[in-house]
Amino acid sequence: MNKYDVLVIGGGHAGCEACASAARMGAKTALITHKIATIGEMSCNPAIGGLGKGHLVREIDALDGLMGRVIDKAGIQFRLLNSSKGPAVRGPRAQADRDLYKKFMQKALSEQENLDIIEGAVEYLIIEDKVIKGVKLESGDCFYAESVVLTTGTFLNGVMFTGHQTSIGGRVNDVSCKGITAYLKAAGLKVGRLKTGTPARLDGNTINWSVLDTQNGDENPTPFSFLTEKIEQPQIECYITSTNEKTHKIIRDNFSKCALFSGLITGVGPRYCPSIEDKLVKFADRTSHQIFLEPEGYNTNIVYPNGISTSLPADVQEEFIHTIKGLENVKITRYAYAIEYDYVDPLELNHCLKVKKLDGLYLAGQINGTTGYEEAGAQGVIAGINAALNALNKGAEFVVDRSEGYMGVMIDDLITKGVDEPYRMFTSRSEYRLYLRADNADLRLTEKGHQVGCVSENRYGVFKRKKEELSNAIRFVKETYLQSKDIDKYSLPIKKEGGKKTIFNLLSCDSVSRETVNEIFPELEKLSDDVFEQICIEAKYAGYMKRQNNDIEVFKKDEGIKIRKDIDYTKIGGLSREMVSKLDKVRPETIGEASRISGVTPAAIMAILGYMKNN
Amino acid sequence: MSSSTIYALSTVYGKSGVAVIRISGSEVLNIISQMSDINVSMIKPRHAYFTSIRKKETKELLDKALVLYFKAPHSFTGEDVTEIQCHGSKAVLTSILNELSKLDNVRLAEPGEFSKRAFYNQKMDLTEAEGLADLIDAETTMQQKYALHQMEGNLRTLYSTWRENLVKVLSYLEAFIDFPEEDIPENLSENILNTVFKVKNEIEKHLQQNNVNERLRNGFRIVITGETNAGKSSLINALVKRNAVIVSDIAGTTRDAIDINLDMGGYPVIITDTAGIRETENPIEKQGIEIAKEKISDADIVIALYDASRNLNSEFKVLKDYNGKVFYVANKIDKLTSEQINNIDDKKHIKISAKYNQGIDELTNSIIETIKDSFSTTSNYLITRIRYRKALEECLENIEIFNLNKEIELAAEDIRLACRAIGKITGSVEVNEILDKIFGSFCIGK
Repeated sequence: MNKYDVLVIGGGHAGCEACASAARMGAKTALITHKIATIGEMSCNPAIGGLGKGHLVREIDALDGLMGRVIDKAGIQFRLLNSSKGPAVRGPRAQADRDLYKKFMQKALSEQENLDIIEGAVEYLIIEDKVIKGVKLESGDCFYAESVVLTTGTFLNGVMFTGHQTSIGGRVNDVSCKGITAYLKAAGLKVGRLKTGTPARLDGNTINWSVLDTQNGDENPTPFSFLTEKIEQPQIECYITSTNEKTHKIIRDNFSKCALFSGLITGVGPRYCPSIEDKLVKFADRTSHQIFLEPEGYNTNIVYPNGISTSLPADVQEEFIHTIKGLENVKITRYAYAIEYDYVDPLELNHCLKVKKLDGLYLAGQINGTTGYEEAGAQGVIAGINAALNALNKGAEFVVDRSEGYMGVMIDDLITKGVDEPYRMFTSRSEYRLYLRADNADLRLTEKGHQVGCVSENRYGVFKRKKEELSNAIRFVKETYLQSKDIDKYSLPIKKEGGKKTIFNLLSCDSVSRETVNEIFPELEKLSDDVFEQICIEAKYAGYMKRQNNDIEVFKKDEGIKIRKDIDYTKIGGLSREMVSKLDKVRPETIGEASRISGVTPAAIMAILGYMKNN
Repeated sequence: MSSSTIYALSTVYGKSGVAVIRISGSEVLNIISQMSDINVSMIKPRHAYFTSIRKKETKELLDKALVLYFKAPHSFTGEDVTEIQCHGSKAVLTSILNELSKLDNVRLAEPGEFSKRAFYNQKMDLTEAEGLADLIDAETTMQQKYALHQMEGNLRTLYSTWRENLVKVLSYLEAFIDFPEEDIPENLSENILNTVFKVKNEIEKHLQQNNVNERLRNGFRIVITGETNAGKSSLINALVKRNAVIVSDIAGTTRDAIDINLDMGGYPVIITDTAGIRETENPIEKQGIEIAKEKISDADIVIALYDASRNLNSEFKVLKDYNGKVFYVANKIDKLTSEQINNIDDKKHIKISAKYNQGIDELTNSIIETIKDSFSTTSNYLITRIRYRKALEECLENIEIFNLNKEIELAAEDIRLACRAIGKITGSVEVNEILDKIFGSFCIGK
């Protein structure tokens, strides 16, 4: 039988999370991918996490997603970025063994109940009366479902560029997907082109490692998943080198051969991930740029040179790479390329990542104009849960808002502002950064996920025990006062003036050690490190959080007022034509969302409220 | 935030008649109790009380007013509401609004905020939604106009520069946070501290100088300057129509700067006479000139007075660095022939005879117009100015707790909130602007 509740098209990072989430929800789900062997492939950088991105992985994990658990098994170098800065801006990152990552991802999917994996190329969408009914494969086979999640990544009309040479495909050695875009356009969706790129790959056996600086991982690797107790994989080293003036001269002399500068590529690429030629143009006075040499795994000699993605032709790549220290005699195993692909304007989507103009169709990942495995995975979770809800429980929705998670920040940014370059997560995108931390992702989302049905009882049990321990401990530290004699005895960094101080006040000071606290209050000795740290973080941010909580309260109020789907903005008096067209383009679903559309004034919001009240 | 008590002037701001200040929120009874003679435990809703309005701390009398109290939910907003119907004079309104702004958890209402609260509390029948939107739109548009166009040129530049500097600092901090692996120069902290310190000082200074409340309370400063014997004292006499200053023909009689308070067209004005600007070695007079220069730099308006019987058109070197409004006033036209009078450029100069009271009305009217202009003709101006002030104060509060010894994300939060506050005047700061700055300043792209 080719009938499912949910079909997920594409086996990348969005697709894996989407099908697993839908299946966890209890929906009968099928993942359709053009090649089963490449499910979970890391097409670019073999690493997961980073600033903002690491936060997203924790949130995926809090909703019982796969990415965190898989990287914990496949990570070969873990580092907590910003570990010298405060907890809100610490981001876990790990290098992955590319093969292990793929292997553990595929294993997780094969063990998932309610999930079938089907190999085939989807070329047709079956749409009837603005409702998606299923998909048809190149082979002619049809699959039907209540919900379809498209996670096509860079495969929609993908074109790869190496210098002036172009080839069709969504990834090196892979085909592209031609058919789907036409269906999306026919349904009235706005489609555009974006660009990204990936550097050459090097043969590690031909690198002169001895002259390079090393970069080590953390001594105590921080796992991504709240369920992982310890990282078991042995940790490897990475290396650092840099470009020099000779390198730069070769690249400059060959600018005319770049696909990027010769006008062949029209799509916009990400500014935070510029090609080496971009860097030379924008920062012309710099004589050197860093390159991180990252081994792709334990059992491969392939090395990923992070920092020199390019669209220069192969011969120029050969020439400039050989000028780099340590790479004088390196063998290039694959040339760098830029890739251009179709994306759907995310203004077409709602908070569930459902296409507003079609029922049952959800989009996740690069097709929505984002970049990055983590961004894709997070969207996959949201799209998967909502696709399942659509099939099982019509009318129900699962929305993470800006005050609940980076997922919410990302999706809200996408659907209210659109994109003009591939969207990547940064912590600076969140106005509630002090609250949306990697360390409390479970406290923010696991309960909510359990309520909707995407969190297993096992994880929920672990979470509940932690939460109980935490709330008891918080009550204790907030209600227990420090004795004046203890302040003196341990010379605690706390003022005796200005009223009695609690343990909570004490924990906000960095200089107080756990040992000292345990000695004064033996009751706290039995607390797990995790919970103790959690309390310290809350204590540290307490002053700022009070204000942020007020902001969140205001935000939630506007977020709670829904706008009718069929509202006719032209009928609302007092709205300028410009305002009507802005609102009509985005068609916001809540008053809060409407207020974040750029250029929408408080008066327009009042006019909408008034109209809604009367109609 | 949502629980704070809000206030606004509900009537048109002007000199005459009765003004209504409306206050909504949980602090209402507290405010009545602190600022009036009403015993709030006995207060009856929807009854009018005639009472004194006083300063909270000193109990200094501000006005006699009619106070009405509407108990939640039976009010316009659904919250506790009070209306203070007081005298419409600027000084009274300013002092009452100013007093309210000092109370904890009480703030000036945002545009449309009363209506919004009413809507949230399901108090409002929005049958005239269009009209309401128009009203709020008018208010918002006006503010935007002020924020972007009508704001005096130098003020606009000033605010934009502060914002620009703070955004730059924020982008540096965010770069440190979001791109720890990238080549970001470490030596930016001095730059950051200097910039923030500079903005802080400038805002502080600006708040001290540019206090519209203070101007309304204490008067606009008009400084009369001119050569010895130009007739400054006579002009003042003509203006005040009373002999408050000794008039003499002996040079150097009026050595000290002396302030005279006047009411000009309803606006409080301080007129300051200065020593004659004259090259001199006399130490006492030299000192007088220095004082005069200082007074000029503080002035809202300068009257540059000269004896037209000596020079028909005169220039004032002492005003070289002064950017405010200057009236060039040619005195003693009674000593001139009508041909000579015609030769005075009356586009630039106002012709008077202080002695014979000629041209004094024109001068007075010009001064009043200038004050009105600087105040703007619209009723929202005072509110807008208070809003600017509040925004700058909020900005300053956040800058004051900023330092680089705390965690960087908290330092960034301080600057972010400071930017947000100043953004209320200049237009909000979008994340994309920060990112643009980061990608423009640093080579990101590991």
